[in-house]
Amino acid sequence: MQALYAQLLVGLINGSFYALLSLGLAVIFGMLNIINFAHGALYMMGAFCAYFLLHLTGIGYWWALIIAPIVVGIFGMILERTMLQWLAGLDHLYGLLLTFGIALIVQGVFQNYFGSSGLPYAIPDYPEVGGFRGLQGGMNLGFMFLPIYRGWVVVFSLVVCLATWFLIEKTRLGANLRAATENPTLVRAFGINVPRMITLTYGLGVGLAALAGVLSAPINQVRPLMGADLIIVVFAVVVIGGMGSIMGSIITGFALGVIEGLTKYFYPEASNTVVFVLMVLVLLLKPTGLTGRAA
Amino acid sequence: MSTLTDDTLPITPQAMRDEMIVFAGMAVLLGLVPLTGIYPFFVMQALCFALLACAFNLLIGYGGLLSFGHAMFLGTAGYCSAHALKVWGVTPEVGILVGVAGAAALSVVTGFISIRRQGIYFSMITLALSQLLYFIYLQAPFTHGEDGIQGIPQGYLFGIFNLAKPTVLYYVVLAGFLGGFLLIYRTINSPFGEVLKAIRENEPRAISLGYKTDQYKLLAFILSGTIAGFAGSLKVFVAQNASLTDVHWTMSGEIVLMTLVGGLGTVFGPVVGAFVIIAMQQYLAGFGQWVTVIQGVIFVACVLTFRRGIIGEIAHYFRRSL
Repeated sequence: MQALYAQLLVGLINGSFYALLSLGLAVIFGMLNIINFAHGALYMMGAFCAYFLLHLTGIGYWWALIIAPIVVGIFGMILERTMLQWLAGLDHLYGLLLTFGIALIVQGVFQNYFGSSGLPYAIPDYPEVGGFRGLQGGMNLGFMFLPIYRGWVVVFSLVVCLATWFLIEKTRLGANLRAATENPTLVRAFGINVPRMITLTYGLGVGLAALAGVLSAPINQVRPLMGADLIIVVFAVVVIGGMGSIMGSIITGFALGVIEGLTKYFYPEASNTVVFVLMVLVLLLKPTGLTGRAA
Repeated sequence: MSTLTDDTLPITPQAMRDEMIVFAGMAVLLGLVPLTGIYPFFVMQALCFALLACAFNLLIGYGGLLSFGHAMFLGTAGYCSAHALKVWGVTPEVGILVGVAGAAALSVVTGFISIRRQGIYFSMITLALSQLLYFIYLQAPFTHGEDGIQGIPQGYLFGIFNLAKPTVLYYVVLAGFLGGFLLIYRTINSPFGEVLKAIRENEPRAISLGYKTDQYKLLAFILSGTIAGFAGSLKVFVAQNASLTDVHWTMSGEIVLMTLVGGLGTVFGPVVGAFVIIAMQQYLAGFGQWVTVIQGVIFVACVLTFRRGIIGEIAHYFRRSL
């Protein structure tokens, strides 16, 4: 039973990453109509950013959670202004190809300097609160042992996901954003700077990927290819959930993580493939995805 | 919204004649390779990838379907052929047949699933399916996981041609390439190809004209996957192994890159693109991982400034279809 709960927790953590990444993809797809193939590479950059901050400047995890998404987000905005911008009005597939090229460049550069092996990133041991040293250690819940950091990742990413949902669905800024997705020309006529909004949206989506990278740094090792294989699973998650709604991305992300975790417990051989198999089943039964609108 | 292959010129007798002249020139040039000092292994490898890229181009260039998982046909046919040749000890022609049959069966299944969505969703689905297969091949016993199937016997094709001789093997691969190329050329210039182009330009309109577009797309997918598999089977004789690299999604990316560099939706573009990329990998091998970066830069440059590709630009300049 202990092992089942442990796998469920691992599933929830993977689910948090799926949710954060597919959420970022959905936000970017909404405004730019681009499937951001570079998302995995930017997630990796987030993790490396945290690593550099710690080892070069001594800035620890807590500040990295804020700084890394901003730094990578700015990098993303530069990408948008210098390259992605020029694809407006072209076939969607060009965006996929361009971001694939960007991913190759970014991953290739990191591989050249850091090889393919992983760099360690320690779980922070501060602040000390009520007998716990930062996020290290764990607590006994009675039915299972919960490493604090893992619990933290699940809770924190859930909060970030819901905050993003709130920002887009419930605030005035989000309303402008959704309106600009529907009809950019009209929204421009209201005096809203749509190109700047697009750039900021890309920055936001990229920032979410980088945040996921920082969160994963202490769990998974910091590696140049850490995002490369993950992004394909996230694409499968996107196909299953559809890009229709923000909430849909979040729920599908977490749910698939949990299903993957359960598979690891009951039938480990299929744990790598279960998401793809689910994708096939969903496509056969409901081709538009669970929450998706027709593409 | 502009499609991936704009300003396709109509097929005129003039265009057909141009293409036939270029084809004859290409066949003669490639036929002369063993007489020159060029390393035949490199050209054979490039020919396999050229056929693969042409098969891929049949889908994207004429059907508007960007498959990001075409490596799965290359790898599957490779594993099937390699297993048949090495474990069952079949003759080369049967080995090729087994590989092609494997790829064809796979393309029926994956095609049926993936054409249910369009555009980028189609791309993501093909990518996910190929990653699914990658994990299956990683764990399946007959593929030998990370080691792959090695030391494949080459044997005598039809009992006559000794494939262990580089020159004989070269002409067999060349014949396979030219045959596959002509099959694709015939397809895109057939009524079937015309319907495919109509679907690419405006699918709802093709539907309203009474075409069952899903069937056309599926058939194109199966044809493309089967020819890609044929390229994979030929490659087994060249490389004498079948490994996981051929199934990995980075290989699918390379196929896309080859076609993009040469020119999406052009007849000869994928061939030129395959030769450029394989030559680049050959001669830039000393740069190690930087090759990935260079490929990425080419990808970005092609998409931003050079969307027609090499052959596409040439054809556009001369206002000819190539």
